[in-house]
Amino acid sequence: MDFELMINSFPKLLNAAVVTLKLLSVSLIVGLFIGLLFAILRLNKNIFINKFAYGYSYVFRGTPLLVQIFIIYFGLGQIESLRSSFLWVILKEPYWCAIIAFALNTGAYTSEILRSAFQTIKPGIIEAGKSLGISNKIIFYKVQIPIAIRQSLPAYGNEIILMLKGTSLASTVTLMDLTGVAKYIISTTFKPIEVFIVAGGIYLFMTFIIHNVIKFLEKKYSY
Amino acid sequence: MEFLAFGDTGWGDELFRATLMTIAVSITAMLIGFSFAAVFTPLKLSKFKFLNLIANIYTTVIRGVPELLVIYLFFFGGSGAIMFVASMFGYNEYIEINAFVTGSFAIGIISGAYSTEVFRGAIQSIDKGQFEAAKVLGFSKFKQFYKIILPQMLRLAIPNLSNVWQITLKDTSLISVTGLVEIMRQSYIAAGSTRDPLFFYSFAAVLYLLLTFISMKLINKLEVKYSRGY
Repeated sequence: MDFELMINSFPKLLNAAVVTLKLLSVSLIVGLFIGLLFAILRLNKNIFINKFAYGYSYVFRGTPLLVQIFIIYFGLGQIESLRSSFLWVILKEPYWCAIIAFALNTGAYTSEILRSAFQTIKPGIIEAGKSLGISNKIIFYKVQIPIAIRQSLPAYGNEIILMLKGTSLASTVTLMDLTGVAKYIISTTFKPIEVFIVAGGIYLFMTFIIHNVIKFLEKKYSY
Repeated sequence: MEFLAFGDTGWGDELFRATLMTIAVSITAMLIGFSFAAVFTPLKLSKFKFLNLIANIYTTVIRGVPELLVIYLFFFGGSGAIMFVASMFGYNEYIEINAFVTGSFAIGIISGAYSTEVFRGAIQSIDKGQFEAAKVLGFSKFKQFYKIILPQMLRLAIPNLSNVWQITLKDTSLISVTGLVEIMRQSYIAAGSTRDPLFFYSFAAVLYLLLTFISMKLINKLEVKYSRGY
């Protein structure tokens, strides 16, 4: 065991963990909106809209995240019209490509989580709102969404942890996140076990925090 | 379409072989995972706190650390660890393990952690009376497990195991970083040589979709088979 290396690499890895957390939080926020949008589309009665939303979640859940990142980062740059458009400012940056891929990926899983949460809301609750003369829109925002959020908290907590692990793939498109820096240190020192313990420890610590925050929220919003 | 021609002009046969490689790695990893689960599930259910702790450390660490990091650990540390063991037996030559073995082991250990949780859940949800009845009827411990518990456990475990299979199948794409030529790596090579990454990565996505689709169909059949009589 090379304890000196472990102590020396700790601050570097901690700095890289900040990149990981940034990637995670931005993609989760964007992903939540995408997920909510597609969950609503899934509940739409129009069969085309419905099928489209289902297709989106099927494709993104059925293929590896790595393929999705590579298509966005390496693939989209090939389209001439895209390269000359204003979108290229975003798409030439590996950082934004990674975030787009993560957001679309987590959006697909989130849409499934939210959809099943919406479907478990008892019809009686909505009927009660209607009979009180509340408009459909307000019922949706003030009744359905809060209940759905509470219902989906445990599953969404798992999704956050899966996404935390997913951000490690950013290292494949040259970003120096926690896994990227860990790999760099391993390949320069050839001490995989020491680096794995430190980097893995940081990941586990983050998982632990997320797990407990979700638990706290579940308790707070239980009814 | 000429990209996908078989033979020297296209990448069809290469991609076909790569798909077979992905399937081979996934199945090997899944089986390695089962053998890990066979060891750690009893530890999880054991009465001894210390054995519980060992099993919990295994599942918590593996499920909390990114797959890619585990793969790097094995990729960079695998041959070192084997050489260390070999040197204890007096063998000091350089040993290189191939990417298939390292990759299946890394993914297998990950898949094993998920399988352990699935089996634990399945065994715990079998009615207690079943264990007691098996004991009362005088079955040996071995027969109790194989004749009474295992068939019931499988029925409960199959839907969740199909999720583990999906995770394992998708995780194999990460082995491409070690240079094993599976779907992802082959697409990377083809994309580099033809300068058409969009086509090849999209095609890779289609191949993965096809694999998940077909395996879901097969697993559904298994599910029907094991839930006969319920």
